[in-house]
Amino acid sequence: MTDLAIAANGLRKSYGDRTVLDGVDLAVPEGTIFSLLGPNGAGKTTAVKILSTLVAADAGDVRVAGHDLSADPQAVRAAIGVTGQFSAVDGLITGEENMLLMADLNHLPKAEGRRVAAELLERFDLADAARKPASTYSGGMKRRLDIAMTLVGGPRIIFLDEPTTGLDPRSRHNMWQIIRELVTGGVTVFLTTQYLEEADELADRIAVLHEGRIAAEGTAEQLKRIVPGGHVRLRFTDPAAYRTAAAALTEASRDDDALALQLPSDGTQRELRAILDHLDAVGIEADELTLHTPDLDDVFFALTEAAVVPAPSAVPSKETVR
Amino acid sequence: MSAVQAAARPSRFSLALRDSATMVRRNLLHARRYPSLTLNLLLTPVMLLLLFVYVFGDVMSAGLGGGGRSAYVAYLVPGLLLMTIGSTAVGTAVSVSMDMTEGIVARFRTMAVHRGSVLVGHVVGSVLKAVLSVVVVGLVAVAIGFRSTDATALEWLAAFGLLVLFATALTWIAVGMGLGAPNAEAASNNATPLILLPLLSSAFVPVEGMPGWFRPVAEYQPFTPAIETLRGLLLGSEIGHNGWLAAGWCVALTALGYFWSAASFARDPK
Repeated sequence: MTDLAIAANGLRKSYGDRTVLDGVDLAVPEGTIFSLLGPNGAGKTTAVKILSTLVAADAGDVRVAGHDLSADPQAVRAAIGVTGQFSAVDGLITGEENMLLMADLNHLPKAEGRRVAAELLERFDLADAARKPASTYSGGMKRRLDIAMTLVGGPRIIFLDEPTTGLDPRSRHNMWQIIRELVTGGVTVFLTTQYLEEADELADRIAVLHEGRIAAEGTAEQLKRIVPGGHVRLRFTDPAAYRTAAAALTEASRDDDALALQLPSDGTQRELRAILDHLDAVGIEADELTLHTPDLDDVFFALTEAAVVPAPSAVPSKETVR
Repeated sequence: MSAVQAAARPSRFSLALRDSATMVRRNLLHARRYPSLTLNLLLTPVMLLLLFVYVFGDVMSAGLGGGGRSAYVAYLVPGLLLMTIGSTAVGTAVSVSMDMTEGIVARFRTMAVHRGSVLVGHVVGSVLKAVLSVVVVGLVAVAIGFRSTDATALEWLAAFGLLVLFATALTWIAVGMGLGAPNAEAASNNATPLILLPLLSSAFVPVEGMPGWFRPVAEYQPFTPAIETLRGLLLGSEIGHNGWLAAGWCVALTALGYFWSAASFARDPK
């Protein structure tokens, strides 16, 4: 059995009569990246706030780093590092002073504190800006400083609440790289995001939070298996060609308004060829062929939009073949 | 925790002390980086000092039994020194309120840092700033002719002690006002009484010159006993029961501000 970095059972929290978390169970093994995925307002930030001792839960048992959250919050705090959604840097002082402040608060000896601060500033590409007030930093720099500050105490579990929200694509990829490096050092990362791509890219396990409950949990692959397989969509401009094709491909579902046909497919070359051969045989050429393989978007929409899985046509295509 | 670990680790108290010292350093670093925040607060007492001495001085002293401008300087300065403390306390309320909206305080709450250290940092930092401000206003007062040559060393020490106590009391109250305010503007409004109360005290004119119904208010509000005590210590006037009143106010306000602040800070952030 692997040790759990975070174990939560029946976590509940409401603000007034608004229930934010309605019985959430979480199990995050040590040394993995766990992603809590959900739309805005799903309760991701509230979950992070509770797990990081910032606010108290109304109900539920939570153990973080082996310590009971309500009985020994200081022990939990000693083991974790938190980078919230809004930058937690002191804007009035410089980046370096922020780092030394963290070193002091982590009770590092003076010399070690200076060494750690300098190392992290270097690693996060902030050495040049170290002597400037943090309020003058760009969004990406603030976020990097924020994470660098989180790492000063060498936390074993790191909470990252939407670490790439508001970052440009380049900074986002840098952040992903940073997160991957953290885990190679044995750290557990609890990540919230509203980007499916991000969860797919980084997380070992993903939980989809919807209306205060975990709607699904598993690896990205497991989640993708929840929704039915992919499909091929054929679109025609000539109504006559459309009707001929529809008559030939009897297993296709029809969309008469769009003059489009949809065929279930797993996206293999053989299946595609079979469809194309079929069309060739009746002498019809589709004006557009799109191949759709299920991705996390499908899972996400399927889980969060309705209890029943919606028609696959509602989701955007991933790839276009002409 | 085993005994070996316990011995190897510093005690809770020494960690609390260390965290508080770190927070005080942070607070003073802010003040050093942005001295204008502290200096702006000095402007009001210094302007009032110059205004009342040079513009109103002659007329005011006539009402106090003569002696001219120089006599009024002596009367005015103790009150203005305490008003300076009230003025810096307003700054404390505003900076505490601003600090609480910063993400950095949320970070402190998720770290294994002594819980009270954030507030202790603000209080100690603010008291140091208040004392420094009092020294600056005091120097201006000396420059325009204020003298306290008759006071003994012990009286000077007691005067200094009173200023520190009074600053501590107002600062804790101001921290409570800052924590209770939803934003910096509200914090500034909450703290306005700290500026207004000196105007309704014996700082500028004796309480005896006020309307009869108002006199008890002016006489027993926190500033008047402190002003009368400081006057007595620096200039040798009658202190009477004001010494005890001033000390009582300081202790009561400190306790009130401390428990109010601690309760506000312990609440879950929004």
